[in-house]
Amino acid sequence: MTSLPIEGVPPGPPGTESRWQSLLGTDRSDRTYRRILTGFALALPALILVILGVLFVNALPALRRFGPSFVWTSTWDPVAEIYGAAPMIVGTLLSSFVALLIAVPLALSVAILLTEFAPRWLRQPVAFLVELLAAIPSVVYGTWGVFVLIPFLRAHVVPPLKAVFGWTPFLQGVFYGNSLLAGGIILAIMIVPYIAAVSREVLLAVPSSQREAALAMGATRWEAVRSAVLPYGRAGLIGAIILGLGRALGETMAVTMLIGNRHDISISLLQPAYTMAAALANEFSEATTSMYLSALFEVGFILFVMTVAVNAVARILIWRVARGTAVGSRAL
Amino acid sequence: MSRRAFWRHLTSRVMTGLIVVLSFLAVFALILIFTDLVLKGASSLDWAFFTKSPVPAGQNGGGVANAIVGTGIVVGLAALIGVPIGVGAGLYLAEYGSGKLGFMVRFIADVLNGTPSIVVGIVAWTFIVRPTHRFSAIAGSVALAVLMVPMLARTTEEMVRLVPHSLREAALALGYPRWRTSLKVVARTALGGIVTGCLVGVARVAGETAPLLFTALGNLNFTTTITQPMQTLSLQIYVYATGPFEEWHRLAWASALVLMGLVLVISLTARWVTRQRHGSIR
Repeated sequence: MTSLPIEGVPPGPPGTESRWQSLLGTDRSDRTYRRILTGFALALPALILVILGVLFVNALPALRRFGPSFVWTSTWDPVAEIYGAAPMIVGTLLSSFVALLIAVPLALSVAILLTEFAPRWLRQPVAFLVELLAAIPSVVYGTWGVFVLIPFLRAHVVPPLKAVFGWTPFLQGVFYGNSLLAGGIILAIMIVPYIAAVSREVLLAVPSSQREAALAMGATRWEAVRSAVLPYGRAGLIGAIILGLGRALGETMAVTMLIGNRHDISISLLQPAYTMAAALANEFSEATTSMYLSALFEVGFILFVMTVAVNAVARILIWRVARGTAVGSRAL
Repeated sequence: MSRRAFWRHLTSRVMTGLIVVLSFLAVFALILIFTDLVLKGASSLDWAFFTKSPVPAGQNGGGVANAIVGTGIVVGLAALIGVPIGVGAGLYLAEYGSGKLGFMVRFIADVLNGTPSIVVGIVAWTFIVRPTHRFSAIAGSVALAVLMVPMLARTTEEMVRLVPHSLREAALALGYPRWRTSLKVVARTALGGIVTGCLVGVARVAGETAPLLFTALGNLNFTTTITQPMQTLSLQIYVYATGPFEEWHRLAWASALVLMGLVLVISLTARWVTRQRHGSIR
């Protein structure tokens, strides 16, 4: 304990009364300190209000002009000044859905492996590798997707897929590369580490008495996981998945580079699509008229409100299991 | 073994196997991305890459010196703005965060951590770029700072909470006022952890592109003026990877490798430091 930062005796005398005040929490310097810290803390609620306010106020012209039909109209015509965000909203939801479909089994497997099955020496290294995935910048994923993933899909995945399932509505049209499929897969790779990390912490919070009870009743390892561990952590696991959904909804760069950026609604995975974040990235600096800009602000507003709502739900579910701890909010 | 027991054990084995295979797939993606980055990027890393600015489109050669310096400036400024606010908020959460306000701030920090960064870019554009009629590095820094704050608040809180309670009590018992206890004893003990948190935050915003698209904008020339548009590695990669030239693609891979290396080195250092600290605290 030589590293304790208390050197010698703290200054005692001048003003012995104030030390009493300090203990009672009525010391003036203490109050100032608290006020300053409170100021910093209030920056966060202020931030969320400012973001909401800015987006809303700037979206007002578009809100007034197009009303609620903005979300179900699919014309996006900057020349005629008619804007409807349906294609990007649908594209955002579809790409995130595809991503979840792929990512959830992978991420939950990692979490279960790391908490239940893996030998102890393997847990840290694998957890570390998965966390490294979370540290890769979005634009690097995008680059990899453009030059590696898309050629790979074109050569080795789409042809056999079309040969077998080509009759379904999900695989119609010609595959040029940039598509819902490419965007969904890159999103999946990107959200696996988030879902895995949070699920892992949720499963770690499950008391071992749950597992032991199941095993003592004669359950196999898998039965113990399925009937005791997973149900106990269910709310938290759902929270983790929703958190992943929140990330996928707002992910910008990699999706912009891969999804094709076309204002069109199609449920075919092979067709280009659009997302709200991609629309902002592509068009915001090109918006020449004030109505165009306002429409984009409204897209931003919808996107922000959507992700805030999704994240809030996720947090509430996760907090129910791992109470108050900063699960998954660490970058690494 | 009865038939039933046999099936139950078989299911258990199969599920375990499935989980191992799926986990391997998830880790495999990482290994794939890393090897591709190194294979396609490493060959372009030469002296010119680090010391020269880009040459006009279509020509061969040139480097990304402007982007490397730009990343340093934009991210450094962001840290300068974001770290005090984030750490301050984190200290509040650790010291006074048990009430309603603390709960709310914690919740908002967690929620903000997951919101799309491009929205923050738009807000920074509204406040800085629109009134000044000019894209600028400082606008990008503000956007990145905003992204850092919620992250830092939560990591700082966690690190400060790791400090044993007895230490705080000892300082108070010796007559230290609360603020001095908080700053000189508690925060100083947790300093390593707080610095680590800041480093991780810096590493994460260093890779951000979306909030810089309409703030720092990008710049093909070398500049250190923070009121001018500035290039960062992330913006450079975006332009080069989506551009039409082979030469650009080569530079995009190399820049991606450099950015990745930068982010990883900072994150790994941070992680290593935390390990050391955790070892000494527990």
